[in-house]
Amino acid sequence: MIFGMSFVLISCGKNFNQDATDKVTITNVSYDPTREFYVAYNELFEKYYLDTSGYEVEVVQSHGGSGSQARSVIEGAGADVVTLALAHDITLIENARLVQSGWNNEFESNSSPYTSTIVFLVRKGNEKGIQDWDDLTKEGVSIITPDPKSSGGACWNFLAGWYYAGQQFNDNEQQMKDFMSKLYSNVTVMDSGARGATTTFVENGQGDVLIAWENEAIMTVEEYPDQYEIISPSISILAEPSVAIVDENADKNKTQAAAKAYLEYLYSYDAQKMIGEYGYRPSNHTVLQEFSNKFDLNIKLCTVDDLGGWDHVYEKFFIDGGIFDEIYGN
Amino acid sequence: MKGHKIKKYIRKDRVIPGFDLTMGISLLMLSFIILLPLVSVLVFSFKLTPTEFFRLVTKENILNAFRTSILCSVIASFINCFFGMILAWVLVRYDFFGKRLLDGLIELPFALPTAVAGITLSKLYSDTGMLGKPLTILGLKVSYTKLGLTIALIFIGIPFVVRAIQPVLENLDSQYEEAAYILGASKAKTFFKVILPELRPALLTGFGLAFARGIGEYGSVIYISGNSAKEQTQVVSYIIMQKLNYVDYASATAIALVMLIISFFILLFINILQICQSRRTNHV
Repeated sequence: MIFGMSFVLISCGKNFNQDATDKVTITNVSYDPTREFYVAYNELFEKYYLDTSGYEVEVVQSHGGSGSQARSVIEGAGADVVTLALAHDITLIENARLVQSGWNNEFESNSSPYTSTIVFLVRKGNEKGIQDWDDLTKEGVSIITPDPKSSGGACWNFLAGWYYAGQQFNDNEQQMKDFMSKLYSNVTVMDSGARGATTTFVENGQGDVLIAWENEAIMTVEEYPDQYEIISPSISILAEPSVAIVDENADKNKTQAAAKAYLEYLYSYDAQKMIGEYGYRPSNHTVLQEFSNKFDLNIKLCTVDDLGGWDHVYEKFFIDGGIFDEIYGN
Repeated sequence: MKGHKIKKYIRKDRVIPGFDLTMGISLLMLSFIILLPLVSVLVFSFKLTPTEFFRLVTKENILNAFRTSILCSVIASFINCFFGMILAWVLVRYDFFGKRLLDGLIELPFALPTAVAGITLSKLYSDTGMLGKPLTILGLKVSYTKLGLTIALIFIGIPFVVRAIQPVLENLDSQYEEAAYILGASKAKTFFKVILPELRPALLTGFGLAFARGIGEYGSVIYISGNSAKEQTQVVSYIIMQKLNYVDYASATAIALVMLIISFFILLFINILQICQSRRTNHV
């Protein structure tokens, strides 16, 4: 029985290898909300690659929380390319020596083919009159946002609010902490991830406002145009999801060329347009302008570097005993 | 002389053949599937110094998580023991239409992916949900509270209790009950003095299994508990995931280790109770 099983396994492996010689297969390890976009993009790319290089290529996608996806690549999931939510997650892979250093200059715009930001999603009519971050600290407003301690994406929500508070109180840290403390005391449900928070807000009808990724908010409004509306705060944060080739695996799988083409093609006009259609902000400015009615381009966007870079931010806010614990009364 | 005895004890000729082979396979499986992962938990958590370790596991939010996990699992297991016993009783003692179907339903919580269960329960019990709405009118908030968390644990734990009691109840000789009846015992007395003692070891097994499952549960719990550090609805497995998300293996395994030790002692305690129990019944 065991022999039989191992024979089947071995023959499967053989078939798989044979396929690989006729056809290039690359694995893209990505994060949760990009699922729909990459399904569409892979089709576009597969056609483009066949036309330009003559090779057939198949892209396998994998999605999950950005942090845990990075972890799975470090632990040996054979990704050829990673397209993750945070540059920091790719740095973790770089530290495991799977990605060569300098990856963030390998492609245009710091290897971020698309960006996104944090906006507010409210129920139609905006009963509580939420316009900006300070409205979130008002009494009686119920906020849904995921836990920054368990979801990397949720850190952006915190940081955007923190940056607003900094502008408001001239970087007086005590006042900023009080502001965030008030804001987070209005959080009624803290889910473990962004998708969970969206479910809580949309499906379970909890809360007045969801602090959400712009692309998730756009998707929700497109799906339920009569029930929700998007409110753009005056200040938010620019999230730069990053892409990189996992050199170690790509060299081993002999997919370096296809992987490079796959990520480069993300910057093409067609792909950039598709990016905009799926609710992400294209990194190409001309294409971005075409979507000016979809994205509020007047939001003042800070970057994580304005706050001292990701490592600094993590140490300061999100480790045990950091500012987040302090303001949330952990 | 003594040495000879020990040797004889170890190399005893057994009536049933195949001891070496089956024991070998058992040990191999145990090592690879259970012991090795457990040892690696130990090794990983030793990357922290003892002071770091101690400071980590005595943090307020982590202590709260331990409290929440243990408390909710214990309550859920008790409730499961009570209702599980009734369920098993109905399934064993009565014949009715759809009995097989009901019997099959018991196992569904095993088969259902826990995240699906969690999302469904949280929707059902949220204050806009089918069950949550009437409960809110009564002033009961279920989703995103410890109550919701306990309900999720009851859901995933019930099959353990039912399946532990069912076979014992099936094999229970009805002569005992008849004898009690003839000797003039009331129905309540028959149940408490005759049937319940026979079921007690199985109940303890069911309790132990449901508790062990509940304490490590992740999927079904995180969607309904709200994971609020403030309202103390974070469970231990959630804290462990928090650490893993920041690739902090050492802290994650350290918390897991403490959890394992606590669970081990609770389960050991249940086992000892069980042994005492069966000794007592055998002596009578």
